[in-house]
Amino acid sequence: MALPSLTGKSLRPARPLWAVCGEKMLELLIRFCGVSAIIFVLAIFFFVFKEAAPVLWSKNFNLTQFLCSPEWYPTSVSNVRYGVLALIVGTACVSGLAVFLAVPFSLGAAVFISEFCGPKLKEVLKIVIELLAAIPSVVWGFIGLTVTSKIVQQMTGAPVGVNILNGGIILALMCVPIIASISEDALKAVPDTYREAALALGATRWQIVYRVLLPAAKNGLLAAVLLGVGRAVGETMAVLMATGHAVNIPHGILDSVRTLTANIAAELGEAPAQSEHYRILFLTGILLFFITFVINVTADFVVRGIRQK
Amino acid sequence: MTTTTISNIRILSGAANCLIASLLLAGCGGKGGGTARKTTIQVKGSDTMVNVAQAWAEEYKKVSPGVAIEVSGGGSGVGIAALTKGTIDIATSSRNMKPEEIETAKKNTGKEPKEFIIGYDALGIYVHKDNPLTEITAEQIAQIYMEGGKVTKWSDIGVTIPGGAGDEIVRVSRQSSSGTYEFFREHILNKKDFKLGSRDMNGSKEVVDLVASTPTAIGYSGMGYNEPGKVKMLKVASKPGQPAVEPSVANTLDKSYPIARSLQVYSLGEPTGELKKYLEWSMSDAGQKILEACGYVPLPAAARTK
Repeated sequence: MALPSLTGKSLRPARPLWAVCGEKMLELLIRFCGVSAIIFVLAIFFFVFKEAAPVLWSKNFNLTQFLCSPEWYPTSVSNVRYGVLALIVGTACVSGLAVFLAVPFSLGAAVFISEFCGPKLKEVLKIVIELLAAIPSVVWGFIGLTVTSKIVQQMTGAPVGVNILNGGIILALMCVPIIASISEDALKAVPDTYREAALALGATRWQIVYRVLLPAAKNGLLAAVLLGVGRAVGETMAVLMATGHAVNIPHGILDSVRTLTANIAAELGEAPAQSEHYRILFLTGILLFFITFVINVTADFVVRGIRQK
Repeated sequence: MTTTTISNIRILSGAANCLIASLLLAGCGGKGGGTARKTTIQVKGSDTMVNVAQAWAEEYKKVSPGVAIEVSGGGSGVGIAALTKGTIDIATSSRNMKPEEIETAKKNTGKEPKEFIIGYDALGIYVHKDNPLTEITAEQIAQIYMEGGKVTKWSDIGVTIPGGAGDEIVRVSRQSSSGTYEFFREHILNKKDFKLGSRDMNGSKEVVDLVASTPTAIGYSGMGYNEPGKVKMLKVASKPGQPAVEPSVANTLDKSYPIARSLQVYSLGEPTGELKKYLEWSMSDAGQKILEACGYVPLPAAARTK
């Protein structure tokens, strides 16, 4: 006697048509959500590029001059020049200083929160750090303009308080919560067995952090730092207000600069639509896009490289 | 497991960064669609004039409670750009509209912008209150600000800043959307370019604030922004050897102060209805009194509306 269940389709409970279709629809929807990020990024890149593209083929435009000249005179009457070198240097200086200041603080905070402090303090610290991340950037800019710039001016004797140092400090304060909370997650993710094994071998707490946890969590920590860099490069409002807004190749950290982002924010409103100036600003946007893209890709490769070892 | 989560987060927020940056671009590039409603008048433009525009808007509430006036700054260029797109009713401007801007406005909206002079302003040259300098020539200002200008230190024009604050001149300027910036470039720099490295402030008041906190600074801004006791306005001589003239109402009206200018508003086409009433009111005695109280130079009696 053959078992009917092996061949008989009729024995399998048939699902109603709406359930089958519904599942397909849901699957499609989720699939769409999954790829929508890619679609958005590509679409935005396409539209920004579309606005910028005509200038690339205009005879007034010279890519070498655009990238290598510090002379930014978009509205000049006699001699219009579009050189963004000073802006690139400004972005690099402010972001570099910010990351330099933020990394030790935030990694220290992460190590303390995840390894050294008690559960109650831990909760408080985590909430406060998240609160720090929630402060809007224009408020940071306001603090930079009115509070820290005065302190910087008094402490350093700089002629003007709104400068790279001031912008760097404000930006560092903005990066710390991001780097700290992600680093803390990375440290927390190291299995407790590692800690137990190290303790059993007689390691001190410092040795555990230095020799076991940091190497084990280095991918996550690197990701946290690069995320901080991304934030620093892309930040607009705070640096617009805190860095002095001067097109200038700086000679020290007490000089004022202007960043790529601040320049777009300050000038796009008045640039007549479709004009050369307008298109150049979009081109600056592409440049910014490119910089963050390179940072992300580099990060990916670095993380992958570490993983393979 | 965790590392993948984290790098996913990172990639996502990297994308989010780009998204935000690009949305900013796209958002600014798009054309706003608002048009004039019955009872709202939208005013945008000059930072020099934003004080008086706001004072007017507040006072006009009492005159005509049914009309709401929304005022925003950004710079004369921003206001004019918005007017040429037809998104506002009135653009305030401390410079004249350029021919190509008038063309753009006609092309976009089909109406010709109409100009009204609503007052005058003297452009003050500000220095810190401790600066011993009291007067300056237009040529010296140009040499300080102009690309290729020779004056970079206070000692170059024979000034020693007290208190050992340094000798380098900190040039405070405006961002390029400012009408004051363009006026200064046209009348002081003779259409030549600014020296790079000036601190380009967003508003007239910020210029004065920065000069007030920086002993070695020099800046230019409308005379309505003077803060006696914190900054000092210099007397300006149009040529070396000529007497330096103080920026004041009388000297602006008789044109003896060399860097004075008219303040104007632009509307699209001949103004009608509430808009017309508002403009007439601002040019009447009542409106001009407010303008004078804000530190600007009012229209002579003959040019006012009754």
